Amino acid sequence: MSGSVTYRTPRVLAISSGGGHWVQLLRLRPAFAGCVVSYATVRAGYRVDLEPGADFHVIPDGNRWSKARLLRSALVIAWLILRLRPDVVVTTGAAAGYFALRIGKWLGARVVWIDSIANAGELSMSGQKAGRIAHLWLTQWPHLARDRGPQCFGSVL
Amino acid sequence: MIFVTVGSDIPFDRLVRTVDRWAGQRDRSDVFAQIGHGGWRPGFIKHSAMLEPDEFTRRLAASRIVIGHAGMGTILSALQHSKPILVMPRRGALGETRNDHQLATARQLMEMNRIRVAFDDDELFDSLDRIDDLTADDPIPPHAEEGLIRALRDFIHAPMP
Repeated sequence: MSGSVTYRTPRVLAISSGGGHWVQLLRLRPAFAGCVVSYATVRAGYRVDLEPGADFHVIPDGNRWSKARLLRSALVIAWLILRLRPDVVVTTGAAAGYFALRIGKWLGARVVWIDSIANAGELSMSGQKAGRIAHLWLTQWPHLARDRGPQCFGSVL
Repeated sequence: MIFVTVGSDIPFDRLVRTVDRWAGQRDRSDVFAQIGHGGWRPGFIKHSAMLEPDEFTRRLAASRIVIGHAGMGTILSALQHSKPILVMPRRGALGETRNDHQLATARQLMEMNRIRVAFDDDELFDSLDRIDDLTADDPIPPHAEEGLIRALRDFIHAPMP
């Protein structure tokens, strides 16, 4: 067919560490309507938060100040992204999300960092570093937005 | 029930000690606490180190009031279930977390009238004496603000550059 534009359903990887990062990621779900979405986080028990049959992956928790664990977490995330080949990686942090952004971008995905609403005083350290990588770099607090990023379009609350 | 949670497996003894002392002095048997691993163990209130996510949700949903650290997992979970929530921020200087981000979050959300905050142990004890007066607010919507959702959706569906 001449003149037609092929449109492929976007593949999205939504990934975060646990606790508040995961709760915030879940609150973004309407944005993934019309996408093939995979979720990845650090506790198997979080599967109950998703609809049955959702594509759900467990990654090691790298947030415990241990170099070995961080490395293992990064390797598992890299393998996951190699298999899923997402078009877009979306994360609410923290360390796991930062790895996913770096690896995802390296493998050609467009990547989004949404800094946790918990960082009301200043951006998190990984959030600041993510600014140099993310195609879309967001804070949830208007008073932390800057002309050169991060931007603010609202919060999960 | 009053549901107390330190929000993770990292203990928050200052919170648990104060709630336990209060419950003991006031003879309150309606308190359950999730206290994390390796910290101080309460003598009076019922407690558990960790809860699986489904049990956490069940206990939260069945409670009348939530008391917790000022972590967003705890706060958002309580608000999603329309539970009144009283928090005490973890302090970086006391080794309860890496920095004072919980203090900043608690101040901002308190100004927005979303949560009640006790900034230290004495304030927490006093607030506990008035805890039964707390009433539930309207539940928050199940999802993020529309502006954030739209920005994200537009980005995902934007043509490849």
